[in-house]
Amino acid sequence: MSSAAASTQDPAPAPREQGPAPAVSVHGLVKSYDEVEAVRGIDFDVQAGEIFGFLGPNGAGKSTTISMLCTLVRPSGGSALVAGHDVVSERDEVRRSIGLVFQDTTLDGYLTAEQNLRLHAELYGVPRDAVLERMRQVMEMVGLWERRGSRVNTFSGGMKRRLEIARGLLHSPRVLFLDEPTVGLDPQTRSSIWSYIRELKAREDITIFLTTHYMDEAEYCDRIAIMDQGRIIVLDTPETLKANVGKDRVQIQTGDDQAAIDALREQFGIEATVAEGAVTFGVADGEQFVPRLFAEFDQPIRSVSVSRPSLDDVFMSYTGTTIRDAEASQTDTRRNFAKMMSR
Amino acid sequence: MATRTTTTPAQAPAWLPGGGGHEIAGVRVPVRSVRSELRAIKVVWKRELIRFSRDRLRILTSLVQPFLFLFVLGTGLSRLASAGTHGVNLRTFVYPGVLCMAVMFTAMFSAASLVWDREFGFLREMMVAPVRRSSLVLGKCLGGATVASFQGIIVLCLAGLVGVPYAASLIIEIFALQLLLAFAITAFGVMIAARITQMQSFMALMQMAIMPMYFLSGAIFPVTGLPQWLEILNRIDPLTYAVDPMRRIVFSHLKISPLARATLDPGVTWWGWHIPGIAEAGVVALLGLTMLTIAIAQFSRAE
Repeated sequence: MSSAAASTQDPAPAPREQGPAPAVSVHGLVKSYDEVEAVRGIDFDVQAGEIFGFLGPNGAGKSTTISMLCTLVRPSGGSALVAGHDVVSERDEVRRSIGLVFQDTTLDGYLTAEQNLRLHAELYGVPRDAVLERMRQVMEMVGLWERRGSRVNTFSGGMKRRLEIARGLLHSPRVLFLDEPTVGLDPQTRSSIWSYIRELKAREDITIFLTTHYMDEAEYCDRIAIMDQGRIIVLDTPETLKANVGKDRVQIQTGDDQAAIDALREQFGIEATVAEGAVTFGVADGEQFVPRLFAEFDQPIRSVSVSRPSLDDVFMSYTGTTIRDAEASQTDTRRNFAKMMSR
Repeated sequence: MATRTTTTPAQAPAWLPGGGGHEIAGVRVPVRSVRSELRAIKVVWKRELIRFSRDRLRILTSLVQPFLFLFVLGTGLSRLASAGTHGVNLRTFVYPGVLCMAVMFTAMFSAASLVWDREFGFLREMMVAPVRRSSLVLGKCLGGATVASFQGIIVLCLAGLVGVPYAASLIIEIFALQLLLAFAITAFGVMIAARITQMQSFMALMQMAIMPMYFLSGAIFPVTGLPQWLEILNRIDPLTYAVDPMRRIVFSHLKISPLARATLDPGVTWWGWHIPGIAEAGVVALLGLTMLTIAIAQFSRAE
């Protein structure tokens, strides 16, 4: 936990040192709604040309942060620069330099794909003689040029998301914000969205800022910031974060979880918790530990799994819970609250 | 979908590095100007037109009510009222009111689409654009006014069926009034839609506002000799000032007895003062502009 505290105060420098001014620069950003502090003072820089990910459970403050950076929500405190412009005092300059893809679709289903993009070009003042060519570029990139004449209502969820990405790029933004770009999509479409995002980085001079609560997707980012309860817990490259965990994750299914946790503490000196319905703990070399566990452990074991450190473990090592459990407990809290209120 | 994914990189468009051909390295978006605001107004207006032209069902359904009033109510009640109309067909009498009704419903539905836009997320696309909210609201109101007046033209074409001549001055004046009314009603709807986020509530509220407005306006009865409570309500009702000039225009083209004219087209008075038609149109315009201003203020404040 001590390393976590250190990282919070001093975010790791971006991989590119020589880069120009940061694409996004945030200092002490706060957002509170009445009693609730959704974002509690965060600091970070996103370097130009980087894929930067915000990782955390639902309700961690990721979407609020992205909304503040996109000028949709006014910060309660602190400052944020996007593409060199202040999100409060230079709202229009910020809006012109960013592209947005929201969690929920913002396309007009009654219009065709082309009409949606043309409308966007008009709203953003894209020069008329460049519209057609630019539209072809972005639609070809997401493989929808042939479908440009179809009404958006006839598109699948994945096609809509791809069209939104194309639209977000139409006015050549310097920063593209993607809020949970793959949420609600099937795995195949998810991976295709990711291949577009990575191609984008190669093709366009653009910085990509995204939020996700999928661990596997965070791995594609150059750097990630893990967010929980309105704070950035740690910020680094996925590799460094995983290396810092230094332990494999072992999960065992037992008849009596509490007895197993007690036994692990007494026999092996290991602190374990229950996560995702299994007794979970970290050990330096999981594969060698398992035979020992079977030989010496006095509790019945139904199954064992060992995994290399993932970002899940990173999240767990910094917050003491997995992302899924963090979300579940939030739902529980809400449910209990609702129950309480209905009495 | 998967095949698309794998073929896309292979398709390597011409603008890719090494792909050959001419390339556009992206577009430059100019800073905000009057021109960019006008483009925004125009595109929001155009979207209303595209959506309206796609929605044939809506074109038809919003004509049902005017037709009901004109032919069913007008014909049915004329059997009762023939003694009091001094030889004027009741259909002719209610026609000016129906001309208003035709634009009212379409304008209302145009404003209602803003509630859908919010629900389906499209509103967000407009709200984050680097243009003034006033341009978006103005484009929306102009769009609503345009499609509603189109609906009005259809009813205007029926003039011959109710004994109203097709005079150029009549058509132009009526159409101008319809445009004005449609704009005011759309502005009213947009103002409401800025606050009401649920379609059911919005429709209920609009019905609650539109129907009393219609019944109180004098669209289906002459506005003189009313009981005082009804006269007061009638003079407060903004729609009164759209129906009355329409009726004056229509009646000025009819060959009817002076008695019928005095009974059926008495004109609206304020404490005995006969308000000129142009001033009535001014009242509608002023109300429309006030509601537009409120709507703009509300949308500009909304995060």
